[in-house]
Amino acid sequence: MLLRHTPKEIKKREALTVNPAKTCQPIGAMYAALGIHNCLPHSHGSQGCCAYHRSALTRHYKEPIMASTSSFTEGASVFGGQANLVEAINNIFTIYNPDIIAVHTTCLSEVIGDDIPQIISKARDDGKIPEGKYVIHCNTPSFVGSHVTGFANMVKGMVQYFAESDGVRKDQVNIIPGWVEPSDMREIKRLVAEMGVKSVLFPDTSEVLDAPLTGRHQFYPKGGVTVAQLKSTGDSIGTIALGNLASLPAAEALEVKCKVRYESLEIPYGLLATDRLINTLRQMAGVEVPETINLERGRLVDVISDMQNYFYGKRVALFGDPDQLIPLCEFLVTLNMRPVYVVTGTPGKRFEEKLAEVLKDIPEARFKQAADVFLLHQWIKNEPVDLLIGNTYGKYIARDEDIPLIRFGFPIVDRIGHSYFPNVGYSGALRLVEKILNALLDRQDRDSKEEQFELVM
Amino acid sequence: MQVLEARKNQVFCDDTVPFRIECEKQSLAGSVSQRACVFCGSRVVLYPIADAIHLVHGPAGCAAYTWDIRGALSSGPELHRLSFSTDLREADVIHGGEPKLTKALQELIDRYHPAAAFVYSTCIVGVIGDDVAAVCKKVSAAKGIPVLPVDSEGFKGTKKDGYKAACLALMQLVGKGPTAGISPYSVNILGDFNLAGEIWIIKEYFQKIGVAVVAGITGDGRVAEIERAHGAALNLVQCSGSTKYLAELMTEKYGIPSIQVSYFGIEDMAESLYSVARHFGDPEMLRRTQELVREEIQAIYPQIGEYRRALAGKKAAIYVGGAFKAFSLVKALRLLGMETALVGSQTGNREDYRLLKELCDPGTIIVDDSNPLELAEFIQAKEVDLLVGGVKERPIAYKLGIGFCDHNHERKIALAGFVGMLNFAREVQASVSSPVWQFAPRRAR
Repeated sequence: MLLRHTPKEIKKREALTVNPAKTCQPIGAMYAALGIHNCLPHSHGSQGCCAYHRSALTRHYKEPIMASTSSFTEGASVFGGQANLVEAINNIFTIYNPDIIAVHTTCLSEVIGDDIPQIISKARDDGKIPEGKYVIHCNTPSFVGSHVTGFANMVKGMVQYFAESDGVRKDQVNIIPGWVEPSDMREIKRLVAEMGVKSVLFPDTSEVLDAPLTGRHQFYPKGGVTVAQLKSTGDSIGTIALGNLASLPAAEALEVKCKVRYESLEIPYGLLATDRLINTLRQMAGVEVPETINLERGRLVDVISDMQNYFYGKRVALFGDPDQLIPLCEFLVTLNMRPVYVVTGTPGKRFEEKLAEVLKDIPEARFKQAADVFLLHQWIKNEPVDLLIGNTYGKYIARDEDIPLIRFGFPIVDRIGHSYFPNVGYSGALRLVEKILNALLDRQDRDSKEEQFELVM
Repeated sequence: MQVLEARKNQVFCDDTVPFRIECEKQSLAGSVSQRACVFCGSRVVLYPIADAIHLVHGPAGCAAYTWDIRGALSSGPELHRLSFSTDLREADVIHGGEPKLTKALQELIDRYHPAAAFVYSTCIVGVIGDDVAAVCKKVSAAKGIPVLPVDSEGFKGTKKDGYKAACLALMQLVGKGPTAGISPYSVNILGDFNLAGEIWIIKEYFQKIGVAVVAGITGDGRVAEIERAHGAALNLVQCSGSTKYLAELMTEKYGIPSIQVSYFGIEDMAESLYSVARHFGDPEMLRRTQELVREEIQAIYPQIGEYRRALAGKKAAIYVGGAFKAFSLVKALRLLGMETALVGSQTGNREDYRLLKELCDPGTIIVDDSNPLELAEFIQAKEVDLLVGGVKERPIAYKLGIGFCDHNHERKIALAGFVGMLNFAREVQASVSSPVWQFAPRRAR
């Protein structure tokens, strides 16, 4: 009864957000920057921002999250944050010794109007940036977009600061994976390699946020895309941007900067989205799809066929990020399920336009951008669903309405697995199928009367 | 050991020189500090008031990151576990957020009929020029409930300043309610946030010794109780940083004396109860207290002894928010036969650290506003077996291959009271004794 405070009656709200389905830009920039090798993300703002982002990422990954802050004071809010940032750059290189500092802004430094490139060049002129070290940046005003926008801005920053072309095409494809888990990044790399294609994947948080226990605190774990790799992206055959919000801006920037053509795809959740990735790779790199990939696909289709009757007509409510929800809904439709309520906190029209396409055969479907989990709960209260898919905050609704929950998205702070087992690709889709079936069948086992309790399903 | 040059005076690790430490300093720009901000300080103090609306005025993030992350339990309403924000966008930043704030407050109050509303200012609110106090006043008059601005812009000081802002908001409530019928033997419990139900344990003790609790401030908090808090005979202040200021304000305005207490560890728990009994000077109460303490200790002592045998000689490191908690922890660990090799806090003051130095064994490293690099180095150098800390410290401990106990808001088991000491011992033993640490290469035997 935790959400007894959620009324069934839906009143228009003009100014109030209750139980958000998004958070702010800087945490996305921090997450993206952790996917660069030997990089320290830096939060240019008050101490609290950095502490909150580190705590939130720590809860989700159960890993130490290293990031520094400009530690704004009242003085900085009046005179600007230049002195703080220059001092921070000096201190960071002196003691934490990263190869790269990746600065992102906060609402405060944005409103004050700090000019980060100018401050970085001041730091360089003052000799605070050692030879061979880099300071990159992106603007992440918290009052625009969402955490996904912040991720996108940092990835775009990587292109703007590093991508270069020496005019000689390299036999490699750039993959921008979008906001996915370290496990997903690893799986995308595996799929691409299996296709016989060389790639640069950026950012890459695998082996950063799923590092092994060694008994030492590794300030900069082994993983992450390197500066050399980022530089080389300017000469790649092409770029595959997975996720319109998180990855397209970087792909576009790379095309403008180094004339590397790109394909924009959905994140490969599910059968069709993975098919499109494989097909695009095939065309872009001029390779054949190997039998091993066909086998993976075949296994997935086989399992779906084995269990298709259990999916039919099941009503699903989802909340999370647009880049994830669009392909996920497409996959649910492939499974003959009915994604009826879909909510994202991230603003942007494309979400509703794409879902209108994906869900065209589900007339009862309702979906909304710039909405919140409270609204989703109200929809569910008005007509229940069989399954809920969303981050950990979905557990309140799941408990109150007695609906099975599949944890998906950010943050997941009460279960493990997301860092280690991918949801992308054919094998990731198989895992999703398993999770969905387990949720539905466990529920059927729990709820069925004794005489209808089935052994074989 | 590597310490930032400018931080050298915030670390004391050399017993051959006289003790001195610098603290209450702004963190160094660029440091990977474990500290938070003013908003965080206010939010944690006021958050457990369960029948009030907590509206975060700012962009979505500050509300999202503080959505039900602290296990402050309520025995009744749970409004505090929802996340309310004005979700300021670009247009609001340009044109001002006052209209949105007014509307949001009206919508909230109409929907939930709360006993009061707190409006937290985040970093940009002051910078864009919103007059939050004026909006609160207007809405309060229109809706007939207290609507209290909390002056918590993140950059305007440290987490401690946030505590202060929260105390000032609380003072707006104190004094509004009737005090008739309040026992002369009555207290307010300040600075316990009912994590894992701890205030319920403490309240039961007071009930047993014949002391009425007027208000939990803010554990399992209710607006009406806080409004009557000025009728209590005594304020009990735990967690020195967060609510000491409120106690001072109440002494000033209402003449209520206060004593500092701690509910962690057998020694401090017993002493806290005795100091209350002594304050009231009632022989019968003192007798009941002695009886309670005896019974409670008898109930847990045999098991504590078992844990002590298992843990004797192990070493601990403590890194917590407020230094006051560290005193109790050092004593509690000592009761378990464990030595504290490192102790530090985010916000301790000079007197706190002097007392800590006195309390600890020679050789103990004392740190103020530390960072992961320092903590990791000290822990390895001192061959520590257990870290006591909060959310950001936990994975560092595990990566180092040592045990961990959350003594912050992510604790799942009550650590206060006598039973809390037993729980603490069990938590420590559970983590320290895990077979997994032998698989950490650094610690492999």
